[in-house]
Amino acid sequence: MELFIRQLINGLNTGSIYALVAIGYTMVYGIIKLINFAHGEIMMFGAYFAFLLAFTLSFNLPFLLVIVLSMSFAAILGVLIERVAYKKLRQAPRISALITAIGMSLFLQHLAQLIFGSTPYVMKPLIDTTPVVLFNFAIPKLTLLTIGLSILFMLLLSFFVLKTKPGKAMRAVSQDKEAAILMGINVDNVISMTFAIGSALGALGGIFYAMTYSQIYPTMGVLPGLKAFIAAVFGGIGSIGGAMLGGYLIGIIETMTKAYISSKWVDVIVFGLLIVILLFKPSGILGKNTKEKV
Amino acid sequence: MKKLLLMVSVLLLTVTLSACGSNDNTVRLGVIGPLTGEYSLYGVAVENGAKLAAKEINAAGGILDKDVEVIAYDSKGDSTEGVNAYNRLRDQDEIHALIGGTFSGVTLAIKDLAVQDNIPVLTPTATNPDVTLDAANVFRACYTDSYQGSTAAVFAADELDVTNAAVMYNRDDPYSEGLADAFMAEFDARSLDYTAFEFGAQDDDYSALLTNIQSGGYDAVFLPAYVAEVGAVLTQADAQGLDVPFIGGDGWDGIEADYASVADGFYFVNHYAKTDEAAVVQDFVANYTEEYGEAPNALAALAYDAVYAMAEAMENAGSLDPDDITAALSALEFTNAVTGSIKFDANGDPIKSITIIQVVDGLHEVYAKVAATEE
Repeated sequence: MELFIRQLINGLNTGSIYALVAIGYTMVYGIIKLINFAHGEIMMFGAYFAFLLAFTLSFNLPFLLVIVLSMSFAAILGVLIERVAYKKLRQAPRISALITAIGMSLFLQHLAQLIFGSTPYVMKPLIDTTPVVLFNFAIPKLTLLTIGLSILFMLLLSFFVLKTKPGKAMRAVSQDKEAAILMGINVDNVISMTFAIGSALGALGGIFYAMTYSQIYPTMGVLPGLKAFIAAVFGGIGSIGGAMLGGYLIGIIETMTKAYISSKWVDVIVFGLLIVILLFKPSGILGKNTKEKV
Repeated sequence: MKKLLLMVSVLLLTVTLSACGSNDNTVRLGVIGPLTGEYSLYGVAVENGAKLAAKEINAAGGILDKDVEVIAYDSKGDSTEGVNAYNRLRDQDEIHALIGGTFSGVTLAIKDLAVQDNIPVLTPTATNPDVTLDAANVFRACYTDSYQGSTAAVFAADELDVTNAAVMYNRDDPYSEGLADAFMAEFDARSLDYTAFEFGAQDDDYSALLTNIQSGGYDAVFLPAYVAEVGAVLTQADAQGLDVPFIGGDGWDGIEADYASVADGFYFVNHYAKTDEAAVVQDFVANYTEEYGEAPNALAALAYDAVYAMAEAMENAGSLDPDDITAALSALEFTNAVTGSIKFDANGDPIKSITIIQVVDGLHEVYAKVAATEE
């Protein structure tokens, strides 16, 4: 039992990273029906930003400032990508935008390789790492922080989307873009805002990923990006709550598979799950079944 | 018809003639290794070690009165890239001998080609047992995975009194698996307990495995892997508060650069120790540090030795004919090497001593030295 709870905590740690990244996929999909495959690369760039801010400046920035600044840079990067690569394609068939997204993903990977080289950067944890003892369990401090901060940011996001005016505009655009324009909503700004928020959260996920697993490299976003995408589909793509739930579930399933079956089966099970969901409940756990518009 | 035949034969002749018209005043040694990418640490060390040896040899008059030239190409640690690099070395640079294939996987991929082309190969660092098997012209300067793995097991059992070990290895990497297999075989032979924990090359998250290891109450963890993985595993083990000694193989060399604090007190078997007081070791460390601004790792030392051994074999052979070089390598007894004397057995594997190093305050300390045994 004790072991099970320990593994559950490990799963929550990975899961909260997936959840953070999955939110970016789901928000962008909700607004412009695009699966932004470059999102994993934004996560990677977020980690590089944090590394540069934390270790290359001549003065020491406080940990929270490093996080907030890297998130802001990633947000700018996200908006830039949307403006440059996706905006022109908004009216184009969805497959063109999808291919552009894949191209963007490869472009960013190789850009990172050009700028930073492919040797991994070693990310030292920016906080003290001695384990904290809680109810008889020694839990790494970083794990607590990852879980805690990701829940905090998700609550902030829910509050923003549900209770504020820009959040309302966001929901309006996702429901009906044309009607939103008629209501005087600046759709371009809303879309930029969505990319900014999604990218910032993705960067946060990337920073935690790098700190937990100690390395940053240009392809680090690929696999977690894919898993987060699965998490978003699992929870119901387009639904923010679904992305969070999906992220935690995928993280826990993955860890439990590693702990009780074998690490060999992890990808088989996770990707198999994607196929099963697409076959039997394409809208995901929390997704709504939308009827095809005539 | 006759005219056409003549034209074709003239054409063929020009092609063949121009092919052997390259520069014959140098002895060209090819090096293949991961010069970029996450494993570049190893490839660059091999390239540097080989070039340093070549420079010293040239300063002392070269091989057979010709200058030595080391030509290094990047494999990125990938077999396909390695084969491409090999083809380029063979066709474009027309090398006389190959030093490397730094990784076992890459060397295995080019081994059959090298046998076919009859190019003498002396790999400094490929430790997989199959590398030299059934290949008369393929030799290595390092000991094998199995020798290394069983030495680590003997060390764990005899010196650390380990009776129940966790063996954590990368199932996608023949090197890691080879060491783990040998370690487990030695534990089997001594009827000691162990449990295997596998991970994949794509994994970044080892927390589930480490939690299982923590609750299993093992005396030690054997982790044969490369620095990039070892560092990530040790960092996570440290964050979890896992308090068990780790033992590794030569892939750990260089761990002290980025992970000194999480690797402190742990052991690994290696080819040589920077702190060894033998003159040849200290000279090598000093010259290398002067040339490249950093201390050499074991791979650099092995590459350095490999080039010297190859040079001596070529001198002994008195020619650059591949068969002569191969015969001279088989008969070679190269004594004054940084990583211990080199003498090849029937397979082309060296018979040499092995060093066990403990990481203490970011430095390598010689913990024990195991003498050479004929396998």
